[in-house]
Amino acid sequence: MPAAKEAGAAAKEAGAAAKEAGTAKMQVRTAEKMAEIRPYGDTPNDGRVQLSFTLPLAAGAAAAEAARLLARKMGLQEPQVAFMQDLYAGAGSRAAASGAAIGFSFLILYGRCVHTIDPAAIEVPPAADVHEMDFYEINDFIARRIGRRVVVVGACTGSDAHTLGLDAIMNMKGYTGRPGLERYPWFEAINLGSQVPNETLVAKAIDAGADAILVSQVVTQKDVHVPNLTQLVDLLEAEGIRDDVILICGGPRVSHELAVELGYDAGFGPGTLPPTVAAYIAQEMVRRGLAAQCQPKQGIAGRAEN
Amino acid sequence: MPPEPKGPLGPPELPELLDPPDLPSQPDLTGPPDWLDLDQRLIAQARASAARVAGEVQAFIDRHTTVSIERAVIRLLGVDGVTEDEWPLPNAVVENIQVGAPDVLRGADENAGLARGAAYWLANAVLHFGDSPQEIAEAVGRGAFDLTEIPQHDDGAIRWTALELAVPAMEQIAANRRRRERALAINGLDGRWAPTGADQGRCHRHKPLLYVIVATGDIREDVVQAQAAVRQGADIVAVIRSTGQSLFDYVPYGEVRGGFGGTYATQENFRIMRRALDEVGAELGGGAGGGGGGGRVAGGARYPLQVNYCSGLCMPEIAAMGALERLDMMLNDAMYGILFRDINMQRTFVDQHFSRALNACAGIIINTGEDNYTTVDDPIRAAHTVLASQFINEQFAHRAGLPDEQIGLGHAFQIDPELEDGLLLEIAQAQMTRQIFPRSPLKYMPPTRHITGNIFRAYLMQAMFNLVGVLTGQDIQLLGMLTEATHTPFMQDRWLAVDGARYVMGTARHLREEVLFRRGGAVERRAQQVLGEAAALLKEVEATGLMAALEKGVFAGVRRRIDGGKGADGVIRKAPDYFNPILEVAAPFTAVGGKGGVQQGGVKSL
Repeated sequence: MPAAKEAGAAAKEAGAAAKEAGTAKMQVRTAEKMAEIRPYGDTPNDGRVQLSFTLPLAAGAAAAEAARLLARKMGLQEPQVAFMQDLYAGAGSRAAASGAAIGFSFLILYGRCVHTIDPAAIEVPPAADVHEMDFYEINDFIARRIGRRVVVVGACTGSDAHTLGLDAIMNMKGYTGRPGLERYPWFEAINLGSQVPNETLVAKAIDAGADAILVSQVVTQKDVHVPNLTQLVDLLEAEGIRDDVILICGGPRVSHELAVELGYDAGFGPGTLPPTVAAYIAQEMVRRGLAAQCQPKQGIAGRAEN
Repeated sequence: MPPEPKGPLGPPELPELLDPPDLPSQPDLTGPPDWLDLDQRLIAQARASAARVAGEVQAFIDRHTTVSIERAVIRLLGVDGVTEDEWPLPNAVVENIQVGAPDVLRGADENAGLARGAAYWLANAVLHFGDSPQEIAEAVGRGAFDLTEIPQHDDGAIRWTALELAVPAMEQIAANRRRRERALAINGLDGRWAPTGADQGRCHRHKPLLYVIVATGDIREDVVQAQAAVRQGADIVAVIRSTGQSLFDYVPYGEVRGGFGGTYATQENFRIMRRALDEVGAELGGGAGGGGGGGRVAGGARYPLQVNYCSGLCMPEIAAMGALERLDMMLNDAMYGILFRDINMQRTFVDQHFSRALNACAGIIINTGEDNYTTVDDPIRAAHTVLASQFINEQFAHRAGLPDEQIGLGHAFQIDPELEDGLLLEIAQAQMTRQIFPRSPLKYMPPTRHITGNIFRAYLMQAMFNLVGVLTGQDIQLLGMLTEATHTPFMQDRWLAVDGARYVMGTARHLREEVLFRRGGAVERRAQQVLGEAAALLKEVEATGLMAALEKGVFAGVRRRIDGGKGADGVIRKAPDYFNPILEVAAPFTAVGGKGGVQQGGVKSL
């Protein structure tokens, strides 16, 4: 027993020395390359990450090894399989007994990421240029800088029947206590609802004299939203009104970057609240001179004062 | 060392929890004496209001049919397939009757032919030519003749022929029902989905049933995911339907593998999934003469239940297809299409009745959609609209012959997790619903509204939801996904959901039998408040009528016009000699309140 204890103490000492050396090395390296960062587990730049995925292999040694190999290819050193679960073969099932070719396993892995990032060199993907304002500030901004109600036409286009996101932005009720555009006295919000063909949306936008068009795309499976969003831009260009409207799309898988790439002015992803969209529209109108371009519509401005 | 003899609570290993602990047998503990003190008179009053609300609409329903009901009848008389242009033959037949009729019935309106019922014209053609309904439909599809031009035979003979033609499909539906009931018995449930044997009168060890969705958009991939889910312990598998199908006024034909956000509901796709679920059920010990003893996999359902969407413009046809292909549950709501898909309200009311009559016959549990109210409206302020709508759905269902045991009323766990004591409100709503609808297989829907992409927090929220589900004795628990709002479920997400639910429900299995609620406490007061508001709302709706209430935006804050929405032109006023052989054959099942069942709360409707 004492011998073991002694050995333990020696090992502890050795460990402490090694740790010290390691820390010193780390400090030197950090000083050398101050800029480079890695994920933080519990020590600076230890690179520790967790990840989970399913492999189309039955759980077992082969699946675990496959996961480790995959993790190494992803740039993870010392990948460790923390957990593995068979997702397909029930214990004692005939499929398992007959060694069915099909199998799936769920794995949770840890590893140390070898890659580094220089924070100074980061280029943040563009976001819609918007200065956040609240309900009152937005209405006040429109009253002073635009001087008439802003007309917004919104729709879920194509086959999309999910109006949740669009309703959250446009309807009276809004989302998480932030009322939607319908509630703003200085907005005229026209919500066309679900499954609106692009042609109908364009016709309605022209008819209503829309300042902004809001397109919501929730269903993005197999990128069905991309051709649909592009077609709307083509239609607006064909009508010669693309530059006269602020064209916005939103949805859980929409980013500003994607939106701009597709020819939109802005894109809003999940969690966007109505005031952000409202403020963007108002500010963009002023930026682009769209407010000055249109003569104030007497009737509409009059109604807003009611 | 031999294991310790079982203590009163049994061993702690999870799989063992699937067997009831060795507690001494108890009297019926599911009864309510010390649960929430709800005003029984108020419940009776709300139910009576809902009965009058539904009764008024029912008078309208009884005077009308729809193009989709007539297409469903044509299907059940033995017509399937498509024309050369890929147009479904049931559509071709019904359209042929619409187009052809004015020539025959001079001075009558466009729908004069259908006002008699499509079965009349099809049976007449069968009598005349001696061909099968399918052969006649194919000829009509080729444009060979108009059904309304064929010389009309003796009225009695036509009706007799139509009834005879309805028999094979209705026999198949009855056989499907018997087969399901036999299979369910293995799961310890009787034909009315109530626990049997040792579980009688106690918390059932398989309830809440675990309900998962598959949503790959490809039926062949759905099958892989569904089989995996059943092996993991899911009891019920729903194939999410392709977005937009609810607004098609036809049902696509054959195996359809494309789809957006889901898979097209077709009869062949139903069949493919049914085969896959039966296969995995048999493998896990659900087949005839199956393993027994140690063959059962922990958590594995032996008869996996199949669900689809009996909703949208083709609700009656989907009901027919589901009954023929032995689906077990159908999402079917009296008002969902009106509110959330802008389908015309007259169309929806008429369609839901026929659909529910078929579901009643087929022994299919319907799932109503009140959970949607709290995804779009405030879950606290709109809580009473959920209860009011449940009362209305219940009454419509009774009028179509569905017994309480087949009325899976929906509600959801959607309150903001940041709200202090929000859980108390969730428990109040769920327990109140349980007590007001004691015999209905309640369908409890998971949190989605406040799930953000933080999968770790979402997993915790699903655990709380599962705890409330088992605590309040819900029957059908739709398992939430930790990746809700991020992407359609990965294979692993479904396993995590099932595994989490099995843990929570196992570890808290009989908590329900131990809980009393504080008299006059926050939970009870909340339940009383919601009940009071629902009863008041129903009184209001009773005064204006349901259609006017929908025009005013009472439910989910959505306003709908009585003549607005999609599919309004498909509603047809029945002629005095209207004939529907399916409803005739189904009549024993569709008498109000089902097969003489006692209705919940002891209040007999009508």
